[in-house]
Amino acid sequence: MSYITKSPWVIHYDGSSCNGCDIEVLACLMPMYDVERFGIINTGNPKHADVFLVTGSVNEQNKNVVKQIYEQMPEPKVVVAIGICACNGGIFKECYNILGGVDTVIPVDAYVPGCAARPEAIIDAVVTGLGILEQKRQALANGELLKEPEPEAAVAAPEEAAEEGKEEA
Amino acid sequence: MGKRTIIPFGPQHPVLPEPVHLDLVIEDEKVVEAIPSIGFIHRGLEKLVEKKEYPEMVYVIERICGICSFGHGWGYCAAAEGAMGVEIPDRAEFLRTIWHELSRVHSHLLWLGLLADGFGFESLFNHCWRVRETILDIFEETTGGRVIFSVCKVGGVRKDIDADTLKKIADTLENIKADIKSLTDVFLDDVSVKNRLVGVGYLSKQDAIDLCTVGPMARASGINQDLRFNGHGKYLEVGFTPCIEEQGDCYARCKVRIREIFESIGIIQRCIEAIPEGAIDVPVKGKFTGEFITRMEQPRGEAVYYAKAFDPGKETNYLERMRVRTPTNMNIPAMVKTLQGCDLADVPMLVLTIDPCISCTER
Repeated sequence: MSYITKSPWVIHYDGSSCNGCDIEVLACLMPMYDVERFGIINTGNPKHADVFLVTGSVNEQNKNVVKQIYEQMPEPKVVVAIGICACNGGIFKECYNILGGVDTVIPVDAYVPGCAARPEAIIDAVVTGLGILEQKRQALANGELLKEPEPEAAVAAPEEAAEEGKEEA
Repeated sequence: MGKRTIIPFGPQHPVLPEPVHLDLVIEDEKVVEAIPSIGFIHRGLEKLVEKKEYPEMVYVIERICGICSFGHGWGYCAAAEGAMGVEIPDRAEFLRTIWHELSRVHSHLLWLGLLADGFGFESLFNHCWRVRETILDIFEETTGGRVIFSVCKVGGVRKDIDADTLKKIADTLENIKADIKSLTDVFLDDVSVKNRLVGVGYLSKQDAIDLCTVGPMARASGINQDLRFNGHGKYLEVGFTPCIEEQGDCYARCKVRIREIFESIGIIQRCIEAIPEGAIDVPVKGKFTGEFITRMEQPRGEAVYYAKAFDPGKETNYLERMRVRTPTNMNIPAMVKTLQGCDLADVPMLVLTIDPCISCTER
């Protein structure tokens, strides 16, 4: 973890989880696992946060809340989906009020399986997320755009070049 | 008198691990009215009875809530067993009682931690959760899961606990008693903690009856209501005293839960002494029949479970209807009542002392 130069702060939001994953997220911060010793703090303010931990799947009522929290977070940012419900809906996938995993609303960088996800798995995913955060930070510092080019544009460009080449020939 | 202002509280708020939204109408620093709005974690899991067969449904019901997950599983199984007329072996009933009471200890310790966090005592929060890990270790050793166990099934339990492990559990609980006592003394005796709790959020006995409060909230207002007297489990065999306080404020609610932790430890130890040898389950086969309603005392209060089969002659492996009424649902009117006229800074205390479980409420 030597690549971590700053103290990453996390924000946690309970989508429509059963609380199982939520209390495991909190358990990570407690003396048994104690991630606070690495400077990881659970903040309530999206504008202070680097990592967004979402538990539970997305429904009609909370999709806007999840979107708002994500949009308020400053770049660079990482989203970790915790528990099988946040990954794809899990056992509640067939429920009428479930839209699906968190990635139906916002882009997700790391997925944690499990019902409920174990604290070890959550910490592992956050560490993976911090690696991605570091890459994004460097990309931002180099002035590279974080957003990847649109797939259509990427495909179209070589064809145009080829056509131009033909005309010249 | 200042102008009326509305302050939104939640759904994403630092003191709330779960999303609930309150519109607080305030004048100066006093809350005049609180308007709750819920539905952020509604999943509609009762409707899943149409897609899951009745033995499978236990897994869904357990996931109503990750904190009192075992109790919900037991409530559903009790309703299904009642409907189908299944008799449960004694040992299974004892094991269920042990796991349920362990869940109560873990739930109350978790709540004490959140309360400490609510009044800004971070180190006490951490210590409560440190002690709670001991209980989670017992769960992991006996069931394999830390928060969701899936050991309860229609007809009994899936896993047995051998005599050595039972003895170890009794010893572990005896050892952590002193640890828990040193923490709970801070809640009950510390001057600054008492400042935040004593006299805050008073709910009279009459109001508690009128607003249909349940569980520790009702017991803190002097109502003798404990569903553990009503049959399920081996509570009447091993005996216990319900914890009742008269003051009706946040301090009383805190005290009720603290006394319940020690009471539950006693129940578990007496169960371990009295547990008989024998089978842990009976086979349950065939279609789901009958209709049954049952009540259970969850850590947060009374929960009602209802299970109904399709009409006689048309029975299938599926239920026609499943209904759960959860304790937090019943305590929200009392919370709104206590919020009227409180200081804005006390709002987190009042929301926390009903021990809200929004996942249960919205399902």
